[in-house]
Amino acid sequence: MRNPLRSEAEAFRFLVVVIVGALVIVGAAYINTWVGVAAAAIVVGGVAWWLLRAPSGEPPAPRLASATPEGMHRILVVANETVGGRRLREEVTRRAQARGQTEILVVAPALNSPVRHWVSDEDTARAAAAERVRTSVAGLAETGLVVRGDVGDGEPLQAIEDALRTFGADEIVISTHPEGRSHWLEQGLVDEARERFAVPITHVVVDLEAEREEVR
Amino acid sequence: MATHAHAEHLEHHGPPAPHFSSRVTPGVLGMFLFIASEIMLFGSFFSAYFFVRVVNGTPWPTPPFELPVFVAFVNTCILVTSSFTMHWSLQSIKRGNVWGLRAGLLLTFLMGLTFLVTQGREYSRVGFAPKDGAFATIFYCLTGLHGAHVFVGLSILLFMTIRAFRGHFSPDHHHGVEIGGIYWHFVDVMWIVVYMTVYIL
Repeated sequence: MRNPLRSEAEAFRFLVVVIVGALVIVGAAYINTWVGVAAAAIVVGGVAWWLLRAPSGEPPAPRLASATPEGMHRILVVANETVGGRRLREEVTRRAQARGQTEILVVAPALNSPVRHWVSDEDTARAAAAERVRTSVAGLAETGLVVRGDVGDGEPLQAIEDALRTFGADEIVISTHPEGRSHWLEQGLVDEARERFAVPITHVVVDLEAEREEVR
Repeated sequence: MATHAHAEHLEHHGPPAPHFSSRVTPGVLGMFLFIASEIMLFGSFFSAYFFVRVVNGTPWPTPPFELPVFVAFVNTCILVTSSFTMHWSLQSIKRGNVWGLRAGLLLTFLMGLTFLVTQGREYSRVGFAPKDGAFATIFYCLTGLHGAHVFVGLSILLFMTIRAFRGHFSPDHHHGVEIGGIYWHFVDVMWIVVYMTVYIL
């Protein structure tokens, strides 16, 4: 969306658009009231379309690739509530042990409500994500893996992009709830991530309810 | 075995640490909140205007009163022109033309002042007061609310002009002019809407 008050130049452009729109409406209204109403609807719709249209000069999202040093294999694990799931832990451990020298970064996006996000009230979301990361890191570290954890951006794709920039990764493991219970799957996160990042992506489904049942 | 769960995230107290990927910066959020509050403020007055004129069918202007459309048109031209000089002043400082900046800001201030003085003269000669019915009340509320915004804009412009003559702005540092310019154009946009609805249509 275009923000007409982002800069003085944008605001000036918006002013010119409003002046032209006002002249059109007034001219049409002098011909006939209903012509004026129609012109107003068209002008307002046109201005709304102009504001909602993304600026054409915006660069496309980067297609980030791995930046891992030679001889090292790095795995980026992205998960939220399923971050402590047994199925995820087994999958990551299996992949790491098959590769030799491996580093793992577990990222849990600090998922937040839209209202809290807009007012920058992130403390609770980040604390909850940090707690989940701590549990997951502790579980993976028990198996002897080199692992660390971090809290990511509230939007999972952005969290992955941030992690790829700072950590780099040879592969990404995204963990979600099963189909029907996962917001991420509903939003098409895995497909979007595969389209956006030039790194192999594995999708692991963790059914926490089934795992709890097994424990009982 | 090396485990490095980031302690600074886990033991965080006080305000949240700035996160580099956060896309809602305080500046943008502040601007959105400002726009939202202005929309609600002007929206409430325009709602009253709509109910008085369209729903209630009150004649506009209510006889025997008349609106000084021509004077307001000249005033509109002055205010619109002031936006162009404002834009010129910012373009000047971006190109390193300090005198262009100073002249542009001075002209903008003088035209804004002319607008406000003319509006005051119009109030004294228009022949009705806010107490003279719904039409008069809405007229004074809408134009007065906008006039208050012009007054704020003039205050900002005055400081900007003084700073410009003191040499505070340069091609690399002119954020103060940028912000003031945004506000001034916003005031202009609001006047066009007010002028169109109150005087023309």
